[in-house]
Amino acid sequence: MKAGYVHSIQSLGTVDGPGVRFVVFMQGCNLRCGCCHNPDTWDISGGESYSASALSEKAEKYRTYFGEKGGVTVSGGEPLLQAEFVSEFFRACHEKGIHTCLDTSGCILNDVVKELLSHTDRVLLDMKYTNEEAYRKYVGCSMEGPLAFLDYLNEVGIPTTLRQVIIPSLNDTAENITALSKISEKHPCVDKIELLPFRKICMTKYDKMGIPFPFADMETPTKEKMEYLESILKDR
Amino acid sequence: MQNECWKGFAGGKWQTEINVRDFIQANYKEYTGNADFLASATPRTRRLMEKVNALFSLERQYGGVLDVDTTTVSSLTSYAPGYIDKDEELIVGLQTSRPLRRGVNPFGGIRMARQACEAYGYKLSDKVEEYFRYRTTHNDGVFRAYTDEMRAARKCHVITGLPDAYGRGRIIGDYRRVALYGVDRLIEEKKKDKAALAGRDFNTDDVRLSEELFQQITFLGYMKEMAKMYGYDISAPAKNAREAMQWTYFAYLASIKEQNGAAMSLGRTSTFFDIYFERDIAQGILTEEGAQELMDDFVIKLRMARHLRTPEYNALFGGDPMWITEAVGGMGEDGRTLVTKSSFRVLNTLYTLGSSPEPNLTILWSNSLPEGFKKFCAKVSADTDSIQYENDDLMRPIYGDDYAIACCVSAMRVGKQMQFFGARCNMGKLLLIALNGGYDAESDMHIGPQMEPMTGAPLAFDKVMERFDIYIDWLSRLYVNTMNVIHYMHDKYAYEKTQMALHDTDVHRFMAFGIAGLSVVADSLSAIKYASVMPKTNENGFIVDFETAGSFPKYGNDDDRVDLIAKEMAHKMICALRRTPTYRNAEHTLSVLTITSNVTYGKNTGATPCGRKKGEPYAPGANPMHNREENGALASLNSVAKISYDDCRDGISNTFSITPDALGKTEEERICNLVSILDGYFAKGAHHLNVNVLNRETLLKAYENPEEYPNLTIRVSGYAVNFNKLSREQQKEVISRTFHEVM
Repeated sequence: MKAGYVHSIQSLGTVDGPGVRFVVFMQGCNLRCGCCHNPDTWDISGGESYSASALSEKAEKYRTYFGEKGGVTVSGGEPLLQAEFVSEFFRACHEKGIHTCLDTSGCILNDVVKELLSHTDRVLLDMKYTNEEAYRKYVGCSMEGPLAFLDYLNEVGIPTTLRQVIIPSLNDTAENITALSKISEKHPCVDKIELLPFRKICMTKYDKMGIPFPFADMETPTKEKMEYLESILKDR
Repeated sequence: MQNECWKGFAGGKWQTEINVRDFIQANYKEYTGNADFLASATPRTRRLMEKVNALFSLERQYGGVLDVDTTTVSSLTSYAPGYIDKDEELIVGLQTSRPLRRGVNPFGGIRMARQACEAYGYKLSDKVEEYFRYRTTHNDGVFRAYTDEMRAARKCHVITGLPDAYGRGRIIGDYRRVALYGVDRLIEEKKKDKAALAGRDFNTDDVRLSEELFQQITFLGYMKEMAKMYGYDISAPAKNAREAMQWTYFAYLASIKEQNGAAMSLGRTSTFFDIYFERDIAQGILTEEGAQELMDDFVIKLRMARHLRTPEYNALFGGDPMWITEAVGGMGEDGRTLVTKSSFRVLNTLYTLGSSPEPNLTILWSNSLPEGFKKFCAKVSADTDSIQYENDDLMRPIYGDDYAIACCVSAMRVGKQMQFFGARCNMGKLLLIALNGGYDAESDMHIGPQMEPMTGAPLAFDKVMERFDIYIDWLSRLYVNTMNVIHYMHDKYAYEKTQMALHDTDVHRFMAFGIAGLSVVADSLSAIKYASVMPKTNENGFIVDFETAGSFPKYGNDDDRVDLIAKEMAHKMICALRRTPTYRNAEHTLSVLTITSNVTYGKNTGATPCGRKKGEPYAPGANPMHNREENGALASLNSVAKISYDDCRDGISNTFSITPDALGKTEEERICNLVSILDGYFAKGAHHLNVNVLNRETLLKAYENPEEYPNLTIRVSGYAVNFNKLSREQQKEVISRTFHEVM
């Protein structure tokens, strides 16, 4: 049994998956997205160690709050870096009848990840951009990874929420939203698209860690802009 | 005559005996739909509410008290009838001759009445002073009988807020009885009960009861007179919905004219009224709009209720509350829900009349409540921050399905049970007194068993617990005996004749004790157990501070290592209290509730081993200490849910503040998630939850610019207040509380 390294736990999550959720933020990330709001989860060596069964027992203490829709969400960091552990955790949750949700960038797809996905009820897939160039420039990897991941989700039929952080000047355009929408149309497993406004409340975390926030100078999108982009989604 | 008034009702036991529950069960119509049927305020209601809001605004401008009648002693018939607008009002009756004019009620204590007048620039009239010179008040009686040690415990604030200078309150008359039966029938039944005493050998209890029944009968008569002054004859039952509400309100009004108890709760009336609404609607004499209008007018009257208090009193019970608590919803023992359309209508007053702390609307939450009602409650919470929730699935097996809530969290069967209110002891201070071997550094007083202070080495958990037990035993005995004095004297000099006339003669009594500082004590003992706590002494060798090294589990993170300490402390306390017999054989109960006194309690308590500094406020009620929660809101709720209701039958108060964003992205999501949270929390066996859905920024703005937020209502500890009626200190404490936010 592999130990998992957990950055933190939020017992009440309402924005990462359906209903009321027990959210586990895994330690460690392979990406360095400019807009990242959890830089404290990057370091692969940190975190509190848990066994999958201990973590699932902890989650079970919140079962009464989950209602019909809620459950657990594993976020990060990048949970796929600890796919074996998360897989075991999700399996343990399923044994207890708890709904599982994975919040990921979708950059890794191998047998271990496929095993994890077989215990996953919903994926929140963070499509950071809709073109290869931006992916290379601001994420540091190819867009092919997430697309292949999404193809696979579609193939095995896991309900998926596509999420994108809207950053003015980078992806706050109608073209981008249309492109995102097209990706979802090609993948019927996607039943929801969530546009999240870029925020800078994580600045204090960067300051505390003594590292520069790459997007410190970026603007946050206005409410009107977000509504406009949402309306494009709706019209399609 | 009576048959005529009851036409259309299903009969039953309730006709031959006083039994409101039986009447409700036989006649109410459950409602399992949603809120779509509700009507909005009529033009009349809006006109009246404009006048009321203008009066409230004036009251604020006058520093919180608009007017005081200093020459009349408050009683049922001592004031001329008062009106807001005689032509517009559907339900009539005010406490004094003018709206928001406060009466003086010196029966609890003349000094408090005098000081309260002076605090607002008035002088108690010579006439009243003269009258009470030759009359013993409750307060006089208590202080004649108090021992030196009782006075000392009071003086050093290890027991505070005791109802020894004002009315004890926390008694709920079954005000519905007046509507259902009319006063004459109630008098007749009480006369029978009194006559039945004749066969007994008159011991102290019988003599007292016989006199009490005489007083009850007399005051039922005064109640009729009071109603007559307003042009109503309430000797017979109410004939329609408006009369049912008017009769019920007269009964409540008579009680608050007679008594200035800290909490004067209403009971459980909305489903009772619903039966009358349904009957009138079926007869074609009432519409939905008309029903809402009656409910609105009834609630306006409740919002006008006031008592005259001193500033010291306000420090403990901030925001000028009356605790006109109305229990709404719940399930019946037969599995039908007690939710009716009127459960919705009474909540709807928060929209038709605007949000407000009073009446203190309390949802009796059950997992089995209809979904439509659950969602409406959650919506009302998110929109108004004005309502609280208590676990019906936990209380119904104990109190049946016709219980209500007195004050914040005190359950009792309506008309069958009452309580002797006992405020609370300061557990954090008690721990410090124990560590100092019977010395309170804040007041520089020696009190309790005298021993050596535990100094010179890091505190050892087992030794501290051993020591603490001795002091818990000592304080518990003193606390019970102090309460016995208070309630003996209250019965003797300020007996609640009106309210007790609306109870069964053979009533069950609780004696309600309380603790403050549970989270501070739990965290402090956890620090002693899991970290290293070195006491720091002053020049006289007494502990005045602590140096705590290392980390320790903190209450509020769903960690059994400390949560079970909190649970154990409540258990120890009630067990210790039970060892001393109570006045009138009342059943000992315990609450974990502070009202706003958590600020005062903290102020009077030195630094604690958990790292709380000298004078810093406690967390309210059973809440974890501010900002010690590291795993989010549900972990905090789970910690509180571990405190056992069997130990704390007088209630476990928890106040929960969450930002709208942390509750969900859309209104629909927020409502559904709040319902899930409530279902989840109460499924854990938790007792009570205050819900605030708001941003800290809103409170900060209201703190800076109060005039822009005249109606900002928030839940504090078992009740709601108008934020602007809190003291600056209390406001700051509320702002510093944990707000659960999106990470």
